[in-house]
Order: sequence, then C-alpha cells, then structure tokens
Amino acid sequence: MDVSQYLEIFIDETKEHLQSLSDHLMILEKEPENSETINEIFRAAHSLKGMAGTMGYKRMQKLTHNMENVFSEVRNGKMMVDSSLVDLLFQCLDALENYLDTIASTQSEGEEDNQILVDQLDAFLNGGGSAAAAPAAEAQAAAPAADAQQTAEAPAAAAGGAEIEYADFEKHAIQEGLEGGMNIYEMRVSIQDTCVLRSARAFLVFKHLEGNGDIIKSVPSVQDIEDEKFDFHFDIAVISEKSFDEIKKLIMDVSEISDVTGRQITDISQIKVAGDDAEDTSAPAVEQTTAPAKAESTAPAAKKDDKKPAAKKEGGKEAKAVVSRTVRVDIEKLDVLMNLVSELIIAKNGLVSANGESSDNSAANQSFNEQIEYLERVTTNLHESVMKVRMMPIETVTQKFPRMIRDLAKKTNKKLELTISGEETELDRTVIDEIGDPLMHLLRNSADHGIEADAALRAQRGKTEVGNISLKAYQDGNNVVIEVEDDGNGIDVEKVKNKAIEKGTITEEQAETMNDQEVIDLLFKPSFSTAEKVSDISGRGVGLDVVKTKIEALGGDIEVKSKLGEGSTFIIRLPLTLAIIQALMVEIGDEKYAISLGSIQTIEDIEIADIKLVQNKEVINLRDSVIPIIRLNEILDIESKNPDASSLTVVIVKKGDKTAGLVVDELIGQQEIVIKSLGKYINNGTKLIGGATILGNGDVALILDVNTLV
Amino acid sequence: MLDTNVVVESKQYIIVTLGIEQYGIDIGYIDNIVKMQKITRVPKAQDYFLGVINLRGEIIPVMSLRKKFNYEPDEFKDTTRIIIIKPEEQSAEKIGIIVDTVREVLTLGDDCIEKVQHDQSQDKQKYVSGVGKNKDALISLFNIPNLIGEAVDKQ
Repeated sequence: MDVSQYLEIFIDETKEHLQSLSDHLMILEKEPENSETINEIFRAAHSLKGMAGTMGYKRMQKLTHNMENVFSEVRNGKMMVDSSLVDLLFQCLDALENYLDTIASTQSEGEEDNQILVDQLDAFLNGGGSAAAAPAAEAQAAAPAADAQQTAEAPAAAAGGAEIEYADFEKHAIQEGLEGGMNIYEMRVSIQDTCVLRSARAFLVFKHLEGNGDIIKSVPSVQDIEDEKFDFHFDIAVISEKSFDEIKKLIMDVSEISDVTGRQITDISQIKVAGDDAEDTSAPAVEQTTAPAKAESTAPAAKKDDKKPAAKKEGGKEAKAVVSRTVRVDIEKLDVLMNLVSELIIAKNGLVSANGESSDNSAANQSFNEQIEYLERVTTNLHESVMKVRMMPIETVTQKFPRMIRDLAKKTNKKLELTISGEETELDRTVIDEIGDPLMHLLRNSADHGIEADAALRAQRGKTEVGNISLKAYQDGNNVVIEVEDDGNGIDVEKVKNKAIEKGTITEEQAETMNDQEVIDLLFKPSFSTAEKVSDISGRGVGLDVVKTKIEALGGDIEVKSKLGEGSTFIIRLPLTLAIIQALMVEIGDEKYAISLGSIQTIEDIEIADIKLVQNKEVINLRDSVIPIIRLNEILDIESKNPDASSLTVVIVKKGDKTAGLVVDELIGQQEIVIKSLGKYINNGTKLIGGATILGNGDVALILDVNTLV
Repeated sequence: MLDTNVVVESKQYIIVTLGIEQYGIDIGYIDNIVKMQKITRVPKAQDYFLGVINLRGEIIPVMSLRKKFNYEPDEFKDTTRIIIIKPEEQSAEKIGIIVDTVREVLTLGDDCIEKVQHDQSQDKQKYVSGVGKNKDALISLFNIPNLIGEAVDKQ
C-alpha cells in the first residue's frame, strides 16, 4: 500500500506521542505508582506501535513493541519503575526520535536495529517478572496486551459495548422496538488497524445497515465518526428484524472490518440510561465478557482485560477533549498570506495619504473618507487574525526541557529542578522555530556552570540542595520576555576579566575602568567561554555569542544580571510580531522615523529650563522619576529644525524597567506600519535602526529600535 | 558586433560609465535597472551607502560607487541609473549601485578579457575581475562578490 501521502500525518502524530511519552515518563519517575500515568504511557506506546506498523516501519515497531511489553508489566504491578528503567526508556525514546528524523528526511527508517536497547528491554522483562512467571508468562502478558491487541480488545470491547449510554428518547425507542417484536443489538465494530480510511469504512457500515434496520445510537457520534475521531472501533445500537448473524454478516461485508461483537438486548433493563447508576448493568456486561476473555488468556491476563476498557476509555475521552477542529497548514502558505496582508496595508496607507492631500470637502469626499476608515478597520482586523494564526504557545519549545534537565542532572551528578512558567505565552511561529536552541543553550549553561557542583558549598551559602533553574515567559507591551534564572554560582566578574585579558579581548587598562555589568557583557563576545573544564554539555567556546546573534537576528536582545554566589538571570526580549506594528511617526529635521507604539509610555512637552545635568548627561525629573534625555537629532546626525525652541517634545519610551526620553521635532501621528528589513549589506552595526517601512506616499521611513537606544 | 569565437565562453555585460571610465557588470547578477529616485538616508551606515530606496514595496540599500572609489561626488542627472543587483544566487537580497549612465549590452568572449592579477597594494583593483576590450575602449569588469561582499565582511 502506498502510504507516502500519510507520511506527514504520521510524523506529526508520532512526534506528539513521543512528547507525551516523555512527559509522562518524567511524571512516572517521580510517582512510580501513578496508574493514570502508566495507562497514558501505555496508550501512547501502543498508538506508536500501531502507526509504525501501518507505515511499514518494522524496526520502529519492534522497539515500541518491546517498550510496550515493559509498560504492560509495570501496569500489572509486576515490575517496579526505577531510575535505571526510566533511563533505558528515555534512550528508547531517543532511538525512536532518530528513526523519526531518518523517516522525515529519507522516508525510510534506516538500518539501525537498536538491538542493544531491545535486548536491554528484554533483560528488564526477564529480570522484572517473578521466577515463576518466566518466559511463558512474559509471552502471555505480551500477547493479549500487544500482539493480539485486536483479539484482546474485542472481548473487552463487548464490555465497552454494553456501556452505551442512552438518552431517554433512545431508551423509549428501544422499548418500543422490543414491544414491536424487533431485535435490538449492541455491537462493537472493529476496524483493522491497518485501515487508513476509517471513517469511510464506518460510513459503509452505516450504509449497509440502512434498509435492514435502524441505528438508534452510535458511540462516538456519527459526526465524530465522520471526522475520524475514533480509534479502531465504534459502538452502535441497531434495531432490526434480522438476526444477529445476518446483521453481523452485513457489516463484515465491508472490507477492512476485522471483527463485530455484540449482544442482543432482550429486556429494557439491560441497557444503561445516562445518569443511571452503573450497578444494575455491570453484571450482565461482565458476564458477557469473561467468557471469551477466559478462552483466550489465563487468569492474570484476564485481570488485565478488566483494566483495559477502563484505561482505553479514559485515554479516549482525554484525547477527545483535546481534539479541536483544526487544519494543518504549511507555514509557507501563511507567509504568503502575511505578505499579501502587508501589501494590502501599504496600499491602504497609500489611499489614506492620497485622500489627505485633496482638500475637497464635498459629500462624495465625505463618503470616501468613511469607506477608507472602514477599510482601515478591516485591514487591522485582518492583520490581527493572520498574526493570531501564526502564533504558537512557547510550550511547544519548552516541553522538551524538563527531560533535558533531567539528563543533565544525571550527567553532572547535580540535583536540579526546573520550573517553567508562562508556557502559554504566544510567539510568532518563526520565532518559536528559532528560539529553541538559544534557550537550550542558556539552560545547559545554568545547569553546567551555574549551579554549584559542590553540595556543601550550596548549603554553606544557605541554598537548598537542589539547584533551581527557572524559565519564565511573559508578555511585556509589544515584547515577549523570557527569563532563564538559576540560583547557582553567579558570574565571577574577576574571572571573566582575567580570561578576557588572557584572550586579548580587552587590555589590562581597559579592565581597570570597566564596571561589573560591562565585564559581564563580555561573555557575549565571540569565542568566549569561562568554563575551566570543557565538558560535553557546554563550554566549547561557541556559546553566548551565538545565542546573542540568534536572538538579535529575531529582532530581540539579551541581557544578563548576575550576583556572585547568588545566581544569574538571562533576560531575552523578543518582538511579539515580526511584520506589522502600530507605530508613532515622528519627524526629526526633515526625516521621518517610526517608533513602535508598544514601547512608548507617554509623550511630554518639556521646558528647556527643566532639563538638568547629572554626570554631564541631560535628565528630566518626571513625576518623581529621573529620566535620561536622548537627543535623537544628535544620535542620528540630523540638524534639528528648531534648535532654539524653549520647549521640547519628548517621547518617553521604556524597555523593561528602564525609561528614556527621546527628543523629536514634531509628532506626525499613529500609523500601522509594515516592517521591512534593511538587509545584511547596509552596515547598521549600532543597530539603531530596526528596519524600514514604506509610507503611504511611497517614501521610506526608518524604524528606531528603542531597545538599543535605552 | 564583436567577433566572437564559438568555442570560447562568452558572457553578456551591461556597460556603464562612471565619469570617463567604462565598467562592465555581468548580466547574470542584474535584477533590474531603474531611474534615480528618492533615497532615504540611513544614519550610521557605511559612508558609501547613500541610503535605501523603495522599489515596488521592497527596501533596497543603495551604494555610491563614486564614494567607494573616492571619485568626485555623485551628480544626479537624467542619465543616472540605479542598477539593482542580486549578488548571491541563493538569497533574494538585493543591492543597488549608482552609475552615471548605462551604455549598452555587450557580449564579451573569454579571449577578449584580460584577467587582472589580484594586487593587494592596489586597493581598487580587487573590485575588478578583468579588463575587456571593445574595439579600442577598455572596460573594467566588476568583481561583484568583492564589490558587494565587503559590506558584509566589515560588520
């Protein structure tokens, strides 16, 4: 079967399952007894195996199969979860990820058998089971759980089938049917797990039943079945004159249907009505199931089967809750859409400015104005909607970090605890794609260099034994801020100084005059690593400068605050949007500049006389805070239009907790602008200019980057 | 037309002038040729960048060769043109260079191009990859990667 068209779906879904496995393994390690987690893991592993099998990836299937066996043992309480087992399982996850990467690039899973892992899993299985339950028990345990999932599920399914809950009117219909001498069946239809068009098969089942009976109810609902929101089976209640076997045959005529099981309802008391206590129906249900289950497996396995429907159902319900109606869209298509929106806004700005030039006040012009305003609202909303589509929670990046920190803790023999907050903070997809590596780098840095290796030293400094690393994300105006903080050693300024001198980054004289913050900023210079020992975690000398470059490429910036002995905090500031912002247009000399509205606090008129000099720098005292004044015309080499004015127009901007006042000649007004890059050729080393935008009349205005000014 | 030998490789060049000198630009690099238009100054940029222009919604930096070569400053006339160049095949980034006039398109075979040895002492020479002969006129052929690339290296 040609499965290539499902490859993308397979890759996406496998990624999700692997992430879920990883998350739950982390939990399991902390709470080995958490049965819900074990069930969730089991479910994910099983889906993985099924999917790999469907796509014909045998090696991947084999590995997941063995993992599943282990999980099954754990679930039965035959095996204890300890950290060595979790280690091994994580290695398996890594191997699976490798498979996935190979598949993503070559469509084939490669040649790596990962036999060692498979053997180790086997060893765990053999060692884990009790002496009596040696290979036979293992095979048995594995069989119903994994290999023969289909058959094992079928009897369990009957129990599930009996659990169709009916609403009152459905019960009424059944009652009437029974009174009218009709046959009522509850059936579970199982579809082969290799089937790729499950909803189509389900539809055919419904089609075949049409004319031979009525379907009173289906679980999941017909709508969900059409949307393929079900696993490999669904339950239906059928009212028909035909016998059970005839109905069964009708259904089995549909290809790729693996099994139909069920029971006839002869009395209304056999069905379960929503809201009723489960008590009265549970008895017949169990009766129905234990017989076939017993036939296939021995006592312990049957016990497992009892658990299975519960687990299955729970998992199924959970998955359903998460599933929202979504469409997967190629990011490139969104880029195209975004570009079109940008062009539309430029065109709209053109209309606005063309209209502003005409001084005609006729009624026609009036309505033209209204239409332009309407257009303006639409384009703004359109832009916001497209932006929202492109936004993703930062969680997609951070979710792999707990696992990474766990590994680091093992490697470095430190006790580490990672707390992540604000995962729901949203960022543009392009930023999300790029921010992972820099964040990972910072976390590794914190774990490797930040947190003290010596527990005694930590105790002496009054810190907990466990090293705390935290990652905080939050929105601040037009920026998203991500902070990576650790309560470790902090940055040793003297050490950095010495290293910088040794490497020739600075001279000794320079070192004398530098303040601590300036020294710390040296860390961001290329090829500067203070780790005395190069470890395989960090400290290869390509470090913070790469982080900085990457973040600046995204239009953001990074700073670090650190106190020796107490810890360090890296603060990353990223623009919320990459393409379109609301900006204040200002004039300096005869040049126009844009300042992002998100960073503007207020606009003030300041009397020249109110400007004071502190350390030879101009400041103003505004509502009890001292704010430095930046004369933009000096910085931008422009002659001010009115150098002798007695009062100045000052735009107060903020960056985090810092503020500054930018002196401008004139305010033009607020405008929605499309940010365009200046490109890499024009040297903008000072990074004063964050980009350019095209105004309504076709002129270019430059965008001031407030973050570098403040 | 020029006598081109079939076996030698030949390339097309756009011939432009700066003052009295003639220069050739490999046509493969050229995206567009536009008339002089309003240039927005970019503060703190390299001095040979006059600023950026808006070319149908694209922001393109514009470089003055006269400034780069320390010639007389540009005098913008009706014949002044901005040549829009795409220096790298794999990137869509463009750059504009200002020339006094655009003369013609010329096909030059390898046999009428004299390679210029890279000479460190002659700074300007690294911008020229060879000298082409057209009748009795000499045409310096720009080495575009060197001419443009420098802006990137200096960062």
